[in-house]
Amino acid sequence: MTAPSKPRSPVRRRVIQAAAASAALTTLGFPAIVRAQSKRLKVGVLLPRSGYQGFIGQSCQKGADLAPGVIKQMLGVDVELMNADTETNVDVARTRAERLIQEGANVLVGAFDSGQTVAIAQVAEQRGTPLVINIAAAPQITEQGYKFVFRNFQTARDIVGNGLRLTGDLFHATNTVPRTAVFMHVNDTFGTAVSRGIAAAMPHMTQLPFKIVDTISYDPAARDLTVEVSKAKASNADFLMLVCRLNDAIALRREMVKQRWNPMGIISPGSPGMYEEQYFKTLGKFSEYSISNVPWYNPRAELTHVVEKAFQKQNPGEKFPFHGLNVGFTFEAIMIAADAFKRAGSTDPKTLADAIRQTNIPRKMMLGAPIKFNAKGQVEGIGSACVQNLKGLPTVVLPADAATAKPVFPAPYYKA
Amino acid sequence: MPLELVVNVAISGVLTGLVYGLMALGLSVIFGVVRVVNFAHGEMMTIAMYAVVVLFAALGLDPLLLVIPIAAAFFGFGYVLQAGLINPFITRPEHSQFLLLVAIGLIMVNALLVIFGPDARNVQVDYQLESFAIGPILFDKVRVIAAGAALATSAALFAFFKLTLTGKAIRACADNHLGALVVGLNVKHLYALTFGVGAACVAVAGCMMVLLVDVTPVLGPSYTLLAFVIVIVGGLGSMPGALLGGVLIGMSESLAGLFIEPSAKSMFSFGLLILVLLFRPQGLMGRRA
Repeated sequence: MTAPSKPRSPVRRRVIQAAAASAALTTLGFPAIVRAQSKRLKVGVLLPRSGYQGFIGQSCQKGADLAPGVIKQMLGVDVELMNADTETNVDVARTRAERLIQEGANVLVGAFDSGQTVAIAQVAEQRGTPLVINIAAAPQITEQGYKFVFRNFQTARDIVGNGLRLTGDLFHATNTVPRTAVFMHVNDTFGTAVSRGIAAAMPHMTQLPFKIVDTISYDPAARDLTVEVSKAKASNADFLMLVCRLNDAIALRREMVKQRWNPMGIISPGSPGMYEEQYFKTLGKFSEYSISNVPWYNPRAELTHVVEKAFQKQNPGEKFPFHGLNVGFTFEAIMIAADAFKRAGSTDPKTLADAIRQTNIPRKMMLGAPIKFNAKGQVEGIGSACVQNLKGLPTVVLPADAATAKPVFPAPYYKA
Repeated sequence: MPLELVVNVAISGVLTGLVYGLMALGLSVIFGVVRVVNFAHGEMMTIAMYAVVVLFAALGLDPLLLVIPIAAAFFGFGYVLQAGLINPFITRPEHSQFLLLVAIGLIMVNALLVIFGPDARNVQVDYQLESFAIGPILFDKVRVIAAGAALATSAALFAFFKLTLTGKAIRACADNHLGALVVGLNVKHLYALTFGVGAACVAVAGCMMVLLVDVTPVLGPSYTLLAFVIVIVGGLGSMPGALLGGVLIGMSESLAGLFIEPSAKSMFSFGLLILVLLFRPQGLMGRRA
């Protein structure tokens, strides 16, 4: 018979929790965890926190905000954020990047949007300051021979390839054979790049049963999408393939309802918009069944749990699935910079850039291969998931080994 | 191309154009009398849209019920703005007036950003996504209501300016500023009334517009530009011109989007503007200076 143990004191409990957290982080494979650094890494974070991309920029910012705390625990590196709002404007992005460098940023991170990122990349290269791109898909960014620009995100080509493959998988999984699609896309840098990617990839995707009967491009800041939806509806396509942003996705879906256009479904081969919280909040039941084939976080990764915990602490009441993609890639971008800084032991831009080039982070948050940069500064093998809006949440339905629900296609509202 | 599609798009263009016309009406009224171009016009409409969003969230009132109280509040706001801030600039050079109103617009945008943040906001009412069909032609219910509001507001304005003593006095100020002073009209008061009426028009447009588009603080400048294009096409100072300009812009955008390229549709409204400036600089219904 043993004596009843004393209740644990709060202090003791905290010590045990800290030890447990430390042990958990050790298993993530980061060497020499919790070794104090004498210097800080100043990270200039450029995001479109206002303007029509404001929602997504703010979502990315949440990933940046939690990064210093998590990275301090993981790597023992002090990260100081220098935040700048690009206002969804290429020129503002350029000037803010200049100013961050003048104010002492050691490395830049951003900027969600391809157009703005192209401008920032030019500044980073001219000024010799490393830029780690969180989200931006235009292929040309890493095709310019830049020495200081690194991207941990899929190129438009990869997004399209993965997105179309997942579209085929979706039809296979649901035993459906749509014959025609109408392709609508935003006409910004990203949308145009994805559009070109689809045009190049479709002839090689012989397993796909459909052909694109019409392509309609539109302005992401358009006031009114009546004409665009009228044209798409008139194509009589089986489903809508959509490359969108957030606000236009909402406007477009509304217009579909008004015009009583009910195709088999809406499938994005790789764009933001339809998995965002605002899409659900604004459209309610009309947000259901939209599908986005996008780079996504691995819900089973250990690092995801650490980041999710920090996210919930900083944003109580918010739902992580709505932010996981934006938070994950932004966090990883800052983590890449911090990891390089730790190995380099210096904020010298060239040394830092060389260290980033040598990055090898196998245990990561987002789906896909370890974070390793190729000669162009591009991470290869980043994975995508087929994410469907089900019961008010973006839900992974494919690939099967990461899925938490079965895909629904055609959507129940479909009228043949 | 199916005729049904063309007719649907054309009708949508007319309805959208009437809403644009309603928005531009206030700008035209103000310029027609006060001879000041309100470069904070779109920003004022954005504030009206936010007023609807806030009152809808707080009181659950339908935006259509909010039209009159918000228009009344904007009338007061417009009166105070003109009497307190713009009247001293009436005799100053045009660039001073321009800078003043641009500054007011910038302050409005930034105040909205501070208060509401950059997030898009909206109201959600039952009939917002409804449409009705007459044969193969679909009518967007909200656009039909908004177009009706545009026509009703225009009719009320015509009646006010043609039938009331105050309206006639305002027209007298517009026709002959010196003469109005000589006969003892309180011109500054009448200018303030006019700005109030223009602001009330903007408020009505905002109440309708919030049913069609989500509102963000940065929405204003693009609508200021659009309103400006419409009144230049229709004729600065002409109320029928504002409606006609709105319909022409709405139609040209819709049909250009249908027949040529949707992503280039706004290009055609500016093309129309250039044509009007070249061949009829006073606007389609404007009077030659």
